[in-house]
Amino acid sequence: MFVYADNAATTPVSDAVFNAMLPWLHDRYGNPSAIYSVGREAKAAVEDARAKVASLISARPEEIVFTAGGSESDNYALKGTAYAGRKKGRHIISTKIEHHAMLHTLKWLEKQGFEVTLLDVDSDGLVSPDDVKRAVRDNTILISVMAANNEIGTIEPIAEIGEIAAAHKIPFHTDAVQAYGHIPLNVREMNLSTLSLSAHKLRGPKGIGALYIKNGTHIDTFLHGGGQERGRRGGTENVAGIVGLGEAAYQCSLHIAEDAKRVTALRDRLIAGILPIPYSRLTGHPTRRLPGNASFCIEGIEGEAIVLTLDSLGVMASSGSACSSGSLDPSHVLMAIGLPHVVAHGSVRLSLGPQNTDAEVDYLISAVHKTAEDLRAKSPVWENNAPMWAKFE
Amino acid sequence: MYSEKVLDHFTHPRNVGEIADADGVGTVGNPRCGDIMRFYIKVEDGRISDITFKTFGCGAAVATSSMATELVRGKTLDEALQLTNKAVIEALEGLPPQKIHCSVLAEEALRAALVDYYTKHNLPLPKELETTASCDVCCRNEPRCDK
Repeated sequence: MFVYADNAATTPVSDAVFNAMLPWLHDRYGNPSAIYSVGREAKAAVEDARAKVASLISARPEEIVFTAGGSESDNYALKGTAYAGRKKGRHIISTKIEHHAMLHTLKWLEKQGFEVTLLDVDSDGLVSPDDVKRAVRDNTILISVMAANNEIGTIEPIAEIGEIAAAHKIPFHTDAVQAYGHIPLNVREMNLSTLSLSAHKLRGPKGIGALYIKNGTHIDTFLHGGGQERGRRGGTENVAGIVGLGEAAYQCSLHIAEDAKRVTALRDRLIAGILPIPYSRLTGHPTRRLPGNASFCIEGIEGEAIVLTLDSLGVMASSGSACSSGSLDPSHVLMAIGLPHVVAHGSVRLSLGPQNTDAEVDYLISAVHKTAEDLRAKSPVWENNAPMWAKFE
Repeated sequence: MYSEKVLDHFTHPRNVGEIADADGVGTVGNPRCGDIMRFYIKVEDGRISDITFKTFGCGAAVATSSMATELVRGKTLDEALQLTNKAVIEALEGLPPQKIHCSVLAEEALRAALVDYYTKHNLPLPKELETTASCDVCCRNEPRCDK
């Protein structure tokens, strides 16, 4: 059986999205900035998509700026807000578990003279609103906390943090790339100034995303150009991509609650089927987690090897282990939740979507069990049904 | 990232197992590092008559262990002493740069097994085995790990 269980990495483009996009890749090629008919119809398609994207988070259409994806939106939000606020202060608050698009941008901002506080998380990956409050200073100009973590699925208390940001009148950004389209988000209720989202996490195409910018927010332009997106993001619009994102957002809006319910049930069955593996554990919060995210650590075996073995069984999954990261250190998220290295080495993430089925979950459970047995039989560390780390220190 | 050969040696590794009455056992790596290899050898008439391994590590770690054991199986001790990580990489038709250290660890595991053999049998250590990287030093920090 072939089972795609890496929806957190990317998702298959749905038929509805594909069909919606196709004409705009072919016959309907107009530049939305052109004043003639062919241009006007492309512009209309862009604006239609904009309204759909906005509606999913209760934003106004004009508050949505299209970008080339989540990473650009994150860069735009951080650099734009930091630079716009630099006369007021230089301090930025974020967290240790942000995506690299955030962390590496924050590192760059530090080099430019900004000061960054990265908040710790608890062992479930939760950020504490009290920690945010304590970190706020007179010269804080931005707070950014991700809506949900991509590796361990934990959903952060964005509304509570938003209240704190509003009380102190500090711009508040969230990287909602994993959350948008999967859990309810309301930019007004959450007191957000900016929000990043990306199409390919919700069955849209890769290479297109958006940044929500609340009306009145001071933010420096990131991509200067020909005045597109009301002067906020230059470059001829990726019409087909935008149409795809709009359709993906619209499709989510039709089913978001029932999809979440169904996927959560699949996920919980998957988790229950895997945890009986000895010396395995769920990473991330047990209940406040993304509907599709089932991330584990299985001791005595290594994450990249787990992914390759699952691959040979037809299962597509991913890992946060050191060997699979290309950087030789285990994922910063697993380290931030306090996992010892020996546990973090055995990380595997399965992430389900609405297109996964019960039969696939059954197969996933058996594939993971088989993989654990297979790799443990080859591991010098595994003896008498337990990981004997001490023998190798 | 990985060549077909590497994927083959990962999915169908040769020589996985333990030898209960091994003539030499070598263990390298450490838990923090995320790579541990253990090689078992049997020596008969100056040849490696049997060799097995157990490895905790990534695709390259398993593949290099498998290939290293294949390359020295049946060889004389002298020939086994000549095995280098470069030979393992070539036999695997290449490794990505960040995985080179796995091949070094495999070379070290074999050398550790050979050292154990010579020591256990009160034989003088061949000069090739006089310098082995200690397990405490993560081999990926050594110059030869940079290709």
